[in-house]
This record gives sequence, C-alpha cells and structure tokens, in this order.
Amino acid sequence: MENNISLLLVAVPLIAAPVVAVLPRGRLPWAVTLVVTFLCALFASMQLYGVLSGGLISYELGGWAPPWGIEYRIDAVNAFVALIVAGIAAVTLPYALLSVEQEIPEEQIPLFYSAMLLCLTGLLGITQTGDIFNVFVFLEISSLSSYALISLGRKRQALTSAYQYLIMGTVGATFFLIGVGLIYSQTGTLNMQDLAVRLPEVAHFKTVNTGFAFIMIGIALKLALFPLHLWLPNAYTYAPSVVTVFLAATATKVALYVMLRVLFTIFPDSFLLAAHARELFIVAGIASIIIASVYAIYQEDVKRLLAYSSVAQIGYMAMGIGFASATGVTAALIHLFNHSLMKGALFMAVGAIIYRIGACRMRDIHGLGRAMPWTFGAIVIGGLSLIGVPGTAGFISKWYLVAAALEQEAWISVAVILFGSLLAVVYVGKLIEALYFKPVTESGKSVTEAPLMLLAPTWVLVFANIYFGLDTELTVGVAEKAAAILGVVNP
Amino acid sequence: MSAETLLLTILLLPLVGAVGIIAARHNPNIREGVTLVTASLIAILVLIMACRFLDGEAFAYTVMEPLPGVAIAFEVEALGMLFALIAGLLWVVTSIYSIGYMRSNNEQNQTRFFAAFAVSIAATMGIAFSANLFTLFLFYELLTLATYPLVAHAGTPEAKRGGRVYLGILLGTSIGFFLLAIMVTWVLTGSVDFQEGGILAGHIDPAWAGLLYAFFLFGIGKAALMPFHRWLPAAMVAPTPVSALLHAVAVVKAGVFTLLKVTIYIFGGDFILSNDVTGGLIWVAAATILIASLIAMTKDNLKARLAYSTVSQLSYIALGAMLASKTGLIGASMHIAMHAFAKITLFFAAGAIYVAAHKKLVSELNGLGRAMPITFAAFFIGTLSIIGLPPFGGMWSKWYLGLGAVETAQLLLLAVLMISSLLNIIYLLPIPIRAFFSKPDSGEHYTQIAEAPKPMLLAMIITSTACVVLFFYPDTFYQLASLAAGGS
Repeated sequence: MENNISLLLVAVPLIAAPVVAVLPRGRLPWAVTLVVTFLCALFASMQLYGVLSGGLISYELGGWAPPWGIEYRIDAVNAFVALIVAGIAAVTLPYALLSVEQEIPEEQIPLFYSAMLLCLTGLLGITQTGDIFNVFVFLEISSLSSYALISLGRKRQALTSAYQYLIMGTVGATFFLIGVGLIYSQTGTLNMQDLAVRLPEVAHFKTVNTGFAFIMIGIALKLALFPLHLWLPNAYTYAPSVVTVFLAATATKVALYVMLRVLFTIFPDSFLLAAHARELFIVAGIASIIIASVYAIYQEDVKRLLAYSSVAQIGYMAMGIGFASATGVTAALIHLFNHSLMKGALFMAVGAIIYRIGACRMRDIHGLGRAMPWTFGAIVIGGLSLIGVPGTAGFISKWYLVAAALEQEAWISVAVILFGSLLAVVYVGKLIEALYFKPVTESGKSVTEAPLMLLAPTWVLVFANIYFGLDTELTVGVAEKAAAILGVVNP
Repeated sequence: MSAETLLLTILLLPLVGAVGIIAARHNPNIREGVTLVTASLIAILVLIMACRFLDGEAFAYTVMEPLPGVAIAFEVEALGMLFALIAGLLWVVTSIYSIGYMRSNNEQNQTRFFAAFAVSIAATMGIAFSANLFTLFLFYELLTLATYPLVAHAGTPEAKRGGRVYLGILLGTSIGFFLLAIMVTWVLTGSVDFQEGGILAGHIDPAWAGLLYAFFLFGIGKAALMPFHRWLPAAMVAPTPVSALLHAVAVVKAGVFTLLKVTIYIFGGDFILSNDVTGGLIWVAAATILIASLIAMTKDNLKARLAYSTVSQLSYIALGAMLASKTGLIGASMHIAMHAFAKITLFFAAGAIYVAAHKKLVSELNGLGRAMPITFAAFFIGTLSIIGLPPFGGMWSKWYLGLGAVETAQLLLLAVLMISSLLNIIYLLPIPIRAFFSKPDSGEHYTQIAEAPKPMLLAMIITSTACVVLFFYPDTFYQLASLAAGGS
C-alpha cells in the first residue's frame, strides 16, 4: 500500500477529472471533487508519515525498472510539497461550493471542477515523479488547466490575463523542454537520479551549461521570479476567487520545488556555486522583495495588492536558494509552506468580501471590517503573518532567512529582508485602514458577514498560521530534513 | 495557589477580562464592572506574587519551544516583578479614572476601548515576565498592536495620523533594529535567554558589542530615545487615560524595562563596564534628557508638554542602564516606579482639567486652581516628585542615578541630571503656580467650573498620595531594584 500511495495521488484525481466533467449539474461534481481532494490530502499525509519514518519510497510505473521506466521517487522533499498541495486543495474545496456557484455560470461548473482536478493532478504529479521529462508533462497538465480556470473569471480581463499567462507559461515550458532535451543529448537519460550520476562527467560541456540555463529560465518563468513575474498579478487578479486561492498557494510553490530539485539533486552543486547563479538568485530576490512590495503599496485592487506581495514573497524564497546553505534552503522550504498558509488565508478572506459585494477595489471595501468582523480578523492575522510578526508562521520563515543571511554575513540581504517586512507593514496597514477606519460607503451599509462555508476554511488556514508560528516541529523539522536530503551543506 | 498557576493567572486574566468586556458590550455597567473586577484581581494577585517572590519563591513556566534555543517561556525576576507590580497596581486606579473620563466625555466605541486596554495590560504582563528576548519581543509587538486602536480611538484625521506615526516608528524600529539585534544575539550565542551576568560575554568582540548595543538601544523604540521619540507626542491624541497608563507607564516603561533587561541579562553589567560598551551611546541619552526638556518648555499644549517631559525622563532610565554600575542600575529601576506614579498623576490631572474645563493649553489655566483645588494640588505633588524634591518618591531614583554618575566619575553626566532638574522646575512648576496665583484671563473667578467627576478625583488622590508614601516607604521597590542590579 505504501508504495502505491504515490501512484494513487496522481491517478485518483486524474481519473476523477473526466468523471466529474460528465456528471449532471448541481452539487454532485463538487461533492465528488471534495471527496477526491480529501483522499489526496489523506494520501499525502500518509506518504509524508511513511517517508519520515521509513525513508525513501520508490515506485516503478508499469513495473519497468528505472532508468528505462518512469520512477516515482519520494523523499521528504516531495512528500512535504505534495502535502502542501493536497492540503490546500482539501481546504479550498469546502470553500469553493458557494464561491463557485456565484462566480461561475451553472453549466460550466462540472467543467470547472474537472479542470480543477486536472490542475491538482498536474501539481501532484510534479511532486511525485522522479523523471524530468515527466515533470514537463505534468507541468503542462497543470498549466493548461490553470489557463482554463483563470479565463473563467467574471471580468473580460480574465481572458486577456489567461492569454498572457498562456503565452508566458508556454515560453517557460518550452525553455524547460529545450533544456531537458539538451541535457538528454549529453547524458542519454531522463531519470533524475541517473542524471545526478552522469551530469558531473559531462558538466564541462557547453551543451549542458546551455541546458542548465534554459531549464532555469523556464522554471523561473513558472515561478514568477522577478523580472519574469509579469503574468502573475493579472492572472491572480482576474481569476475566480477559488482559483486564485488555489494557484497562489500551490502553483508557484511547486515550481520552486522543481527549481530546488534541478539545482540540488540533478545538477552538481558547482552549477549553482560557480556560474554566478547564486548571486543572480540573491539579486533577483532583493529586486523582487523591494520592487514588488513597493508596487503592492500602490495597488488599488486588493487581489492585485496581494498578488504583488506574492511576487515579493517568491523573492524571499529565491534569496534562500541563493544562500546555497542548509539554513538558506531550509528557510526557502519553510517559507514555501508558510506562504501557502498566509496567501491561502488572505485570498480566501478577500474572496469572502467579493462574495458579498462583488468587487474588491480599495474604495469598495471601506469600513467593511465592522460588518464582516470574522473576515476582517482573518485579514488582520493573515496580514500579520505576512509581515512576520512573532507568534505567526511568517515570523518563523523570516527568522530562518535572516539567520541564513547572518551566517554568511550578507548584510545587504539582512537589511532587505527587514526592510521588506516594513514595506509589508505599509501595504497590510493600508488594507486594514481601508477595511476598518474608513467610513462605510453607501452600498456597504447593507453588507453582512460571509457565510460559514466561506469562513470556516478561511479560519482553518488562519489558525494554521498561528499554529505553525508556535509549533514548528512539522515545518522546520521536515524542511531541515529535506534540505539535508537535497544535499546542501553550510559552506 | 501554586507558583505556576499564579503566574499563568496573571498573564491570562486580563485576556479573559477582555473577552468578558466584549461579551458585556450591551450593558455598560456590567462591562465596566468586568474591567474593575479584573483589574482589582490583577492588583491583588501581583501583590501576592511580589510578597511570595521576596520570600524567595521562584515562578517559571515554559509554554513551548518553537525554535531551537528559542522558547516561549516566562520567569519572574526582580525587575520584571517591579514592573508588573507597578502596571498591575496602576491599572485599577486608571480603570476607576477611565470610567469617569470616558462617560463624562461621551466617548464612542467604549467597548473597544476597554477591551483593547485589557489586552494591553496582558501584553505588559507578558513583557514583564518574559524569560527570554523572543517572548519579550512577542509581547512587545502585541503591545504596539493592542494600543494602536487606543491611540487612533477618536477616528479623526489627526488621530489617524498620530496612529500611523505611532505604528510606523514602533514597528519600524522593532523590526528594523530590535529583531535584528535579537537574531544577531541568537546567531552568536545560540540562546536568547535572560541570564544572570549576561550571555554575550565571550561570544562577541567587544569592539562590535557597542554596535549591537546601539541596535538594541534604538530598536527598542518604546524607550523613546531621540531621534525615535516622535511616536510618543503623536500618541497624545489618544484619550487621556490611555496617555496616563500606557504612555506614561505601561508602554514607555516596557521600553526602558526591556533596555534594562538587555543591559543586565544579555550584556551583563560587568561586561559593559569592563569593555566600555556604552561609552559613546550614553550621550544619546544625555542629549535626549536635555533636548526633550527644552522642547517641553516650548509646548503650550499640556499633554504635549507632559509627553516631552516623559521622553526626557525615560532617558534618565536609559542613562542609568548605560552607566551599568550597580547604583546606576538601582536608580534606573527605581525611576521606573517613581516616575510612573508621578507622571500618571500629572496625566490624570490633565484629563480632569479637560473634562471639567475643556482646556488643553497651559496658557489657559490661569486662575483655574481655585475652581479645581484637588486637581491642581495633585498636579503640584506630581510636579515636585518629578523634579525630585523630598518628601516625594521621585527623590530616591534621582539620588541613586546621581550616585551612579559620581561613582563612575562621569561628572558631566551628573551636571546633565542637575540641569535637567532645573529645566523640570521651569517647565512644570509654572503650571500649578499659574492656576493658583494668576488671575483668570477674563479677570473674574471661574464660577461655572467645578472639580472633575469623583472617580477621577479618587484616582488622582490615590496616585499623588502614593508619591508621598513612596518617599517614606520605598523599601519594596528598592529591594526589587537592588536584587535586579545584582546585589541583595
């Protein structure tokens, strides 16, 4: 059973997707999707538990032994990311029911859930597979379905932003594929473990170096690493609420996972350390923290504000990778987890506001905090976590990141991380001020608190933000283990 | 009650009170009843705790350890006990005062006010009993956030602007410098615990210790050292009970308390003295003392004048901390207590003047003393205690601070203290003198104005009496202060 979990994680949502598409309208498609995501979350936690107690899990698809067949190879790194994806999906789905009924035309709802399941399949597949070409396949599955999901947004701009994402995402995927092709031409293998063995022998070839560069750019596009982030703010802003929640909390995280795998498992460390890649990551991180945070301050649309904040948060993770130390990678992984919780909670709360008033520009939400105290509370706590106030998950991320920077005496990075927190204070403060201290608009006077179906999942994530700020056994413990598996050591 | 239960009760009770206050929001009398009962219980409990602590009982409790070497833990030591004692005792008095003030002013959002007040007290207790820098930082930030709605209470553009400056400076300094200093400490020593004699000795190059101390000094924005003092005058837009308890006692004292804790338990007095860590920084405190006093002289708004006086007085404590000698530390710790009682009296009086006569400016106070004798008598007592004259408590702390300066042969600092006392006389004493001896501007005596409501008078009488009592019986505070400074 334990070995099959990894297959089930991918197969169950994949099989469920076409089934859901042909189900009759009504709440049945939602119910089936809900069951599937809960199953996935269960599988993912069993898998993580199994990996933590038993070590490595390897599953040979179709019984073909690697490196000829495709191998699913699970260690603490995959299992950790898979749990984030499946966990967020399981929390999002109860939330989806009402939000989707309101935002998506009735006849498209089964298709919506079907696309959602495909997206989940793709994201989970990326985390499970041990084959780099397979990563590309799953990346496309998740990307194509997310283009469809984004285009379902209510505003017409949803179509253009989905199109923009489609172009950028395809460019990214193509770069990735070209890179994979180049290293395949030099090594003759696609299995990650096999690549890790063979790449050091051919590392000096220009082809391999070029392949490395292509792969990096490709993933950086998917990751929305500055300055390749341009698709993200639009996509997050115009997508349906549920899609924003799900993608913001999972899609870029999975891309970061691929980045870590490629850098630390597949390619020899020399690539990150020698080719100035390390400095590039830090510079990109610094730029995205500062520039995206400043952009966030000036946004008039709440979802766009949070989207720019996401770009900034990706900068923190990039910085963690750039330190190329155990602490740095641990910090990146911890932030990967914690940021899912923060942005999940925040986008859910904003979705609840959209559910009530149909918009989320700054001027629409004036004074709503009093009418929607629970939603407001979620935004406050989520915001505090984003800032990194102690007692929240965000603090733990910042702590490790600053510790990693201090270890290397990277004073500029330290200053940037702390300055980024201050910028977060400004944009979160702006949000809170609009919600609580501005006088209520005429149309806002009749607003009531969001329904429990929206609030309960939001608060699950809000509590998670606090819980993982106090008990870090899971996050820090697993992230440290994962960093050790990736083979990063403190220089 | 076991030691642990007592400690946790004191920490949690104000939060329970806050929940009770919100639950009783539809009935103001029950709501204020909840505040009074909670505050009285806290006062009794901290008194019991202080007695048991002085008898040698230990109070410690670890909640959890989120990061290796970084726990959420509480431990009562002398300085924290002293701080908790002051905050706990003065909360009851302020609660009595607040009820009179808020009701006679017909303030809005009173439930939010009293609830946020209770949360602020919980945060203050958390700061007082923290066993390490991390726990302290947690409650330090909570205190900033919990007091923000109190500062912006009025909701006017001015209040919002004040609130923004307040949050901006306090969060900015704490995240930018304080957190950084904590992390550097952790990276250097692997621990952030408060320990007798400090933890940094041997882990840091003494040349760098001064820089780290500077990060702490400016990062602890609540200590209001210049140039990061602007938040305190900005916070004066809050209702007066908030200015009285929070911005003369709990919040600002949390700042200097933290500074003392860092000095004594992170750096260690001996380490500072033997390496001259604070040699240059001490002049920041000296300059703040004098400049803030000079600014206070120019302020006509009574609360603004008191705010700058607080900025100046806080730097006495910072200065005592940085002297790092035993008497200096005793003086600093005692000043936390003595200044608290005196300054809260002054703020109580300022609020009473506002409620009864709707006057905010010093220049409007001429002749008001006859209409409000009790208020101005209390103000007079508070003034004398701030100046440091016998027979008022304020004398003791200045005495020890002066001794500390003499002991370390810093005669220039002694001169600063003396000049500052003169400046205190110049900017504070004219206020009661105007009220009692000048003719009202209109030329006629006030007949329409009477004393403020009774709860407010009662509060003022209690705190001004305490100023006198503390001159004759400073023992408890002295004992705690000298325990903290590392003697018996």
